Amino acid sequence: MEASAQGYPPRLKELIKPIEQTRPERLAKVRRGEQFPQLDAQGRQEVLAGYHPDYKAGGRRTVRVGPNKGETFHDEVADLIEAHSRLDPALLEPLLREPDYDTDVLVIGAGGAGSAAALFAIGQGAKVVLATKLRHGDSNTVMAEGGVQAADRPFDSPYYHWLDTMGGGHFTNDPRLVKVLALDAPLVIRWLEGLGMMFDKDPDGTMRELKGGGLCRRRMHSSADMTGAEIMRVVRDEVRNHPDEIRVVEFSPAVELILDEAGQASGAVLYNMETEEYSVVRARAVVLATGGYGRLHIQGFPTTNHYGACGDGLIIAYRAGVPMNHLRYAQYHPTGAIFPEQNFGLLITEKVRTLGGEVLNRLGEEFCFPLEPRDVESALIIRECGERGLGVHTPAGQVGVWLDSPMIDLLRGPGTVEHALAAKYIQFKRYGIDVSKEPILVYPTLHYQNGGLEIGEWSETRVPGLYAAGEVSGGIHGDNRLMGNSLLDISVFGRRSGLRAAEFALSRKKAPHLSLEHVVRYHGELAEAGVKGRRVAPMLLPDYTNPAVKARQLGQLQCGTMRTRSLAQELPEAAEAKAKSTKRTSRPKAAQKK
Amino acid sequence: MSKAAPQEAKVAGAKVAGVKVAGEAKVGEAAAPLIPVFIMGKRYEVPETLTIQKAVEYAGYQYIRSSGCRGGICGACATVYRTKDDFRLKIGLACQTVVEPDMYLVHIPFVPANKKVYDLEKLRPTLDDFKKIYPGVFRCLGCNTCTRACPMGLQVMDYIQAMKRGDIEACARLSHSCIMCGICALRCPAEIQQFNVAMLARRLTGRYLYPRAEHLARRCEQIEAGRFDAMMEELLMLDGPELKRRYAEREWEPEPYENPNWHPKDTKYLVLGDD
Repeated sequence: MEASAQGYPPRLKELIKPIEQTRPERLAKVRRGEQFPQLDAQGRQEVLAGYHPDYKAGGRRTVRVGPNKGETFHDEVADLIEAHSRLDPALLEPLLREPDYDTDVLVIGAGGAGSAAALFAIGQGAKVVLATKLRHGDSNTVMAEGGVQAADRPFDSPYYHWLDTMGGGHFTNDPRLVKVLALDAPLVIRWLEGLGMMFDKDPDGTMRELKGGGLCRRRMHSSADMTGAEIMRVVRDEVRNHPDEIRVVEFSPAVELILDEAGQASGAVLYNMETEEYSVVRARAVVLATGGYGRLHIQGFPTTNHYGACGDGLIIAYRAGVPMNHLRYAQYHPTGAIFPEQNFGLLITEKVRTLGGEVLNRLGEEFCFPLEPRDVESALIIRECGERGLGVHTPAGQVGVWLDSPMIDLLRGPGTVEHALAAKYIQFKRYGIDVSKEPILVYPTLHYQNGGLEIGEWSETRVPGLYAAGEVSGGIHGDNRLMGNSLLDISVFGRRSGLRAAEFALSRKKAPHLSLEHVVRYHGELAEAGVKGRRVAPMLLPDYTNPAVKARQLGQLQCGTMRTRSLAQELPEAAEAKAKSTKRTSRPKAAQKK
Repeated sequence: MSKAAPQEAKVAGAKVAGVKVAGEAKVGEAAAPLIPVFIMGKRYEVPETLTIQKAVEYAGYQYIRSSGCRGGICGACATVYRTKDDFRLKIGLACQTVVEPDMYLVHIPFVPANKKVYDLEKLRPTLDDFKKIYPGVFRCLGCNTCTRACPMGLQVMDYIQAMKRGDIEACARLSHSCIMCGICALRCPAEIQQFNVAMLARRLTGRYLYPRAEHLARRCEQIEAGRFDAMMEELLMLDGPELKRRYAEREWEPEPYENPNWHPKDTKYLVLGDD
């Protein structure tokens, strides 16, 4: 590994001094058991109303079509809702008559939830096709660091897990889903342990558990700071041990669901992004586990999310009639890295704070309890950097606050950071920063899709035979998810969706007739609502091309090529304007071939 | 420009808080000097502050392969490169490595390997069982090329040597931060598949060498016996104010370094006594 930069520049090193000056007194306070006071319910609401990016007006519009017609969504989501299919359903007719794959359960999305669903479905005797947009395991699951909750210590119980989760979501969660989450939690941890996951344990096997924001008990199970990556490695390895029962199809996102004449989920159309072919899967039940939408850059925020997190599953299920809920508030993780630039937007796990890292302003002062629920913590950081003007400025013009990671070794012994936060340690060491000795500069970053497709206790949606699990679903976390409940959500509802989808599949016959009629109807709705233009969804992948180059990629205005996906973000007027403006665009300075 | 291309998107952090927070591609824009890099031999000029991944996108490529978590943990973007006047073949993650002038680079999106199919329940954590699955570890020449190639800085050769000694747990611990990019296996002159070896070592360790969590097993039995059902039903029946009261008044466990011998006062909603 090559170290490619020289740590903090002198000016920032100077700005670390106030942190070092206040550190001895802060350590003494922690050791005395004193902490910065938590906000009460009213205090939380005031801070959220004043400073949370999604509590203000703007950045949203009312959608004109589909099950949530008349409700407001972030513009980025509304753009997906008010968009056409990538397909002309009429062209698909011959393919629908001769499906390329025939299976019991089709699982769409091969992250943590999808892989769990596949394993539990084959456990019931079903055959599975597991289709995914990128590689098997490419998902936000691999990026979840800090841990996974389960109330398995004697002084904890699902009762407290439920209360913490409901309170963290401001009591907007679906209480039945939270009950399922809390009660199933130990069962899925036991499942992962049995698959050989390396949990952090004491020598006698006792789980080493920590807290997280909003948790009244230590309940966080971890595998260093790679908990999600470890879950994914193990579950993927197990899927690959069943090649005869699970057919994995990579680089092939689903671009539409397929229903039968009775309106039951009966498969999907896959798009091979490399050969640009469409193919048809006929299935007797479908699990959607496509993850979240961070790469839509809601409200213009940078994101911690995986490259593929574009909200694809939301939109194809919406067209099939499944409503969405709890999408008013996106989750902004309080601590995204803002320095060095190469780590910009990188998730700094909440585990830094659960281990004792404090959040400090430019004067080295605490200004919040470090383990408030994420939305509250983020709002407090935004206030400190904005209205209070006590943020730290980076050379690139970003503003943030310090996360005092060196507290951890001082409180818990030398070497704790290097072992308990191994991946973070490496990611900063690359740039000459030792986070066990120097603090980290952070600012909130778009992290999680709190809501999504409406589901019931067994992951079922309103469409018979269609199940949704993981980040694509909504209701479990209400308006704000707690740390350690997403890896739990994907495991609990991955398992439930797999079990129930297999049961549904084995109790029905193959669909005799596959239909995209719901897409035709949706197109009709769009026309009726006056939605014009060529915008298509799902978007599949984000496009970060330099604008000067993009302006010359004239092929992107042709439907049917890979570049079509960038149209998912464009209004027709904008696309037309661009087509005109490219004539005047001077030759871009950079990125041209010489 | 289009309304909502991420890098052009309205800068919401700024609206909220008066600070500059921008989308992905804002990093290293305009102000940074441009330097030449050679993407698979083809020359482009890119801002010198960008990572390889962002530089390739800046040049106009849109990734299908070789882009994943963009945070150094998924193994999608391993990249091989040489810089001017340096004989060494260097390896880095495209999302974590900053471009250098006259860098010649190519991504390695996929590494051919033969992951073996096995039933973990039928294996024992012994070298004999391990050998049957991945006999290749004994070909290790001890050249340490794998370690030098690892973009995570792991002691790859050490974990292979540990495996050769039959120390499965050491192999697991030393490989815990492996992102399975496969570069070790590509560079290995003995053609070992280190990352697959490590995967099996970790699963054997988690399954057999770490003791089972007894408190977890006990809790699962309690749940399956319905011991928590009544209290969970009680919660579902509560009205809003009572729910909020219980939430506000729930007893707060201190951190262990403050009080390792903490015992909750309220035990009504715990299941104790069968320990």
